Amino acid sequence: MTDTGLGSLTTVHAIAAPRGYGAWRRLLRHRSFVIGSSIILLLTLAAVLAPLISPVDPSAMRVRFRFRPPSQAFWFGTDMFGRDVFTRVLYGARVSLFVGFAVCVVSGLCSAILGVIAAQFRRLDGAIMRLMDALMSFPAILLALGIAAALGPRVSSVIIALTVAYIPAGVRIVRAAALTVREMDFVQAAQVSGASSLRIVLRHILPNCLSPLLVHLTFIFAYAMLAEAALSFLGVGIQPPIASWGNIIAEGRDYATEAWWVMLFPGIAISLAALSLNLLGDALGDMLDPRLKGGE
Amino acid sequence: MPGPDDGVGEVALIRIVAVKFLQAVPVILIISILAFLLLSLLPGDPALIIAGEQASPAAVEQVRRQLGLDRSFLEQLGIWLFNLAQGNFGSSLVLNQSVLSAVAERLPVTLSLAALSISFTIPVGVLLGSVAAYFRRTWIDSAVMTVALLGVSIPAFWIAILGVILFSVQLGWVPSSGFAPISQGVGPWFASLALPALILSLFQIGFLARMTRSAMLDVLGQDYIRTARAKGLSEWRTVGKHALRNALILIITATGILLSAAIGGSVIIEQVFALPGIGRMVVQAILARDYPLVQGTMLILGFTFVMINLIVDILYTLADPRVRHD
Repeated sequence: MTDTGLGSLTTVHAIAAPRGYGAWRRLLRHRSFVIGSSIILLLTLAAVLAPLISPVDPSAMRVRFRFRPPSQAFWFGTDMFGRDVFTRVLYGARVSLFVGFAVCVVSGLCSAILGVIAAQFRRLDGAIMRLMDALMSFPAILLALGIAAALGPRVSSVIIALTVAYIPAGVRIVRAAALTVREMDFVQAAQVSGASSLRIVLRHILPNCLSPLLVHLTFIFAYAMLAEAALSFLGVGIQPPIASWGNIIAEGRDYATEAWWVMLFPGIAISLAALSLNLLGDALGDMLDPRLKGGE
Repeated sequence: MPGPDDGVGEVALIRIVAVKFLQAVPVILIISILAFLLLSLLPGDPALIIAGEQASPAAVEQVRRQLGLDRSFLEQLGIWLFNLAQGNFGSSLVLNQSVLSAVAERLPVTLSLAALSISFTIPVGVLLGSVAAYFRRTWIDSAVMTVALLGVSIPAFWIAILGVILFSVQLGWVPSSGFAPISQGVGPWFASLALPALILSLFQIGFLARMTRSAMLDVLGQDYIRTARAKGLSEWRTVGKHALRNALILIITATGILLSAAIGGSVIIEQVFALPGIGRMVVQAILARDYPLVQGTMLILGFTFVMINLIVDILYTLADPRVRHD
């Protein structure tokens, strides 16, 4: 079968993966990597240190201060309840980054396990891949919407829903990588020298599938954050009063013409976060897949 | 064996198409079962959740009987599959309509939106990606790729709200919401969809430009391009004909993904622009706990995409002779 998914672009070039200090030095000289990782690190720091950066309660309503435009006192202005938008965007970062990271980790683990099983145990391949085809037949956001709606509006539902939506693409990538690696001489050699199949999977196949998966997961992090924002915007994701970038925008939407700042800043935050992750993914892809470096 | 030995090629081709058809059958069955299982994800008693907290016990029982929830799990699944086989996708609890007719009624809106956005996407995305690849490692490449990166990073619903403020409220160029069917004239139809379709295509343009660039870089490095240049073909013929034609195979593959992104994105965009399409219906059905409508609509869309992916797969096989000899 042909991989018509995202996987077709990021097939294995894991074998050429750079190792050791040289790789680090090259990464640190890669502009996209430096910009992308700096922004995402800063955002993560801001999220973790939110209570220190802004001592205000993100849900504290002060009707006196309704709809204040951005100023020295309220950097991003205030919303219809007089809540400080800067503080809410900071706390929103906690939810959005956590959801993105959790989806990334859980879907990564599931993809690695299912992908390797499909490649290694050929009898299960058909069943696993048809299930993945079925999941991939729904537009990801629609699948996530359906699952999140059924599970109820909670952070965990959003994570589960997005994980299920993004597993199939990951499985395809790991499977394609594993199928290539398993034909390589060093794996054949290990087989001939009597290594157990568990050892071959853990020592040889899995490590060599990790770099394409890592590149893919960086993009999934970005997609998951954008999707979380969209679900929360539609009212099916993170529910108020918990601040998430998506639901701050939804709340600010009704008076976007008068109090534009309420919806403007969380949108910039999402865009920045997604942009930095996409840059990071591009940089990692470049480093791990020399063919796409361009120029040569 | 690559080459024009069509006898072997054709038999192989028919076999590949047949295998793809056969593979679609279990996928359709799995989708049907997944959609059925959606209802069992509901925490607690689905009849109570659907009827609402305030419903009387009698009303809850009526919902339970109406949805067949009083039967055993396997019986329910059997009935579900039996109904599907007869083209019965269930009925909405709120709209007093079958799922199929509710979807059919709203299909023109979503289809217009998706078609319009894809017709923006393909020329612009391919052009941007090709230009970036051709001028790789110059400021043109950086500029184009930055735009593409913004396209895949900025949330559509946010830029949609900003777009409404700018183009509808401030400038008054297009209506801020609502849909004008094409029967009212092409002008009003286009005006009601132009902004939503444009915003919907931003992500897709970014995605396609990035995909086209890497495919073109691949192609431009091939020996036959060097040969074409060496034998003195004009640059336009080399890049425009040889390179782009090979990259077009990729665009066929991308179309399936783009359609999926367009329909997925329309769920959100229809909500912002109050367009009465399938996406808005699903969101409203979810908020109204009309789960049978959600279930049935997802199923119809799932089936549609199995078919689209099948067609894309077959076209891909036809377009790329290398696949046939796999």
